Amino acid sequence: MAEDKNTEQPAQGPDKAQDKAPGKVIEVDNLVTHYGEREILKGVTLDVRENEIMVIMGGSGSGKSTLLRHLMALEMHTSGTMKILGQDIEKLTAMEMFHLRKKLGVAFQSGALFSSMTVGENIMLPLYEHTDLDPTTREIMARMKLEVVSLAGFENLMPAELSGGMVKRAAFARAIIMDPKILFCDEPSAGLDPVVASALDDLILDMRAAMGMTIVVVTHELESAFKIADRLTILDKGHILMIGTVDEVRKSKNERVQNLLNRMPEDDTIDPDEYLGRLTGEEIGGDATL
Amino acid sequence: MAPTDNQNWLALFFDKVGRYFVAGIEEIGNGGVLVVESFFWLIVGPRRKQPVRLGSIFAQMMEIGIQAIPIVALLASAIGVMLAIQGIHTLRIFGAESRVTIGIAFSVVREFSPLITGILVAGRSGSGLAARIGTMKINQEIDALKVMGINPTRFLVVPALLAMLVMVPMLTILSDLMGLLAAGLYVGIDLGISMAAYFDEVRDILTVDDVWHGIGKSVIFAILIAVIGVVNGASVTGGAEGVGKATTRSVVQAISAIIVTDMIFAFVATR
Repeated sequence: MAEDKNTEQPAQGPDKAQDKAPGKVIEVDNLVTHYGEREILKGVTLDVRENEIMVIMGGSGSGKSTLLRHLMALEMHTSGTMKILGQDIEKLTAMEMFHLRKKLGVAFQSGALFSSMTVGENIMLPLYEHTDLDPTTREIMARMKLEVVSLAGFENLMPAELSGGMVKRAAFARAIIMDPKILFCDEPSAGLDPVVASALDDLILDMRAAMGMTIVVVTHELESAFKIADRLTILDKGHILMIGTVDEVRKSKNERVQNLLNRMPEDDTIDPDEYLGRLTGEEIGGDATL
Repeated sequence: MAPTDNQNWLALFFDKVGRYFVAGIEEIGNGGVLVVESFFWLIVGPRRKQPVRLGSIFAQMMEIGIQAIPIVALLASAIGVMLAIQGIHTLRIFGAESRVTIGIAFSVVREFSPLITGILVAGRSGSGLAARIGTMKINQEIDALKVMGINPTRFLVVPALLAMLVMVPMLTILSDLMGLLAAGLYVGIDLGISMAAYFDEVRDILTVDDVWHGIGKSVIFAILIAVIGVVNGASVTGGAEGVGKATTRSVVQAISAIIVTDMIFAFVATR
């Protein structure tokens, strides 16, 4: 396994015996992925357990969004294996993938509501596409989900008429309309004021409690992560630095984890020759491509 | 031995040409796959409980066809009158202006109606399709569809393609009628030929093959406009600027493809 040597594994206390541990809904083993020549994820291994909230954290460019796209089966990896709800993503047929996707819900960072549809139509779309429910039942279910995210009465508005926080809530409502087994949230509190962000964190906790789903959240908001996470995965430059509970992460002695928690920029040493080469576009003692 | 400046320039030139060529082949391949995939979903979708929704097709037909009726009618009329003016002006040199109907009938039905309708739909709806899909891509709406288990080709492309396939030929027929009518009005005013006599002559001149020639071309144009719009929309990167570039590229490519296809079609059909 090509994992960072600084990786810390979660503490396995005596009360966390393997046979009593909840089932794993996501299993990722030695995942490697490339964008062109560039290696983005460098041997990521993690698992997400049933009914837990797993927060994936890391700085910009750490690979957390890429990892999320892989977990949502939106992109295929170069090597390694990934199982979602026990199914190996690489071995699924189109139909199996179609059925698996119905068990996943996603709340994108931008909301990704369809701008040509009303909020209600957006939320009802998965029901319209995947069920034989009559229009009245679909409307009732959409209203129920809007109630869950505190957006009751907004079903006839267009997405452009909603505030940032409301768009995210509507996206949550659409993500949970099919009662998914796993809910993925990409930067749920990004771009929101602290009060609205905190309310969204509460909503995530409430949804887990009410619906018993597994939730995977990608965020770089420390406060939000510590509030909602059962476990955290800390990513850095495509490697997992550590996986652990909030306490384990707080107490970590890993320098890079502490830098992230204390919002300390990485101390990069600059090679003056390489720097000069980058600026001038000339080779100075080695390869220098602009 | 280090390469000279000329060698470098040549290498760069061929590198660039090669890249454009490969990118072009890739886009054509993507377009072909898209058409095949669209018909796959059209046929197999209902069996998989993922049918193409009639409502989406009608919505697209409204946008592509019904809403384009006024501008198509206006432009087709203008083209008809223009052909009549030019035809009468040219034939008057030989004292044969009364034969202008032949030129008008053939030109409108076989050439100008499908061409002007194709160009108009490419500018109006092809660009709209590219912009819509491009915007959906950068807003992660395409990803949202995939994650919801909704195939984007079935949901977005098939309705647009079917609507194009129905509405572009329909608009071409409308354009035929409007072009011939407007030209007849001008001919009536300029040469004193009655509308009844003009349309009798048009009916004598035109065969069903001539009408099918124009409609056949319009079907090909419809596929080209839809596929070029979707391929460009799907290739958007880099935010709003990328959407603008893809939209422009889609219009330029579609109009170029329409004109070149028109030329090839005319050549093949007249052999």
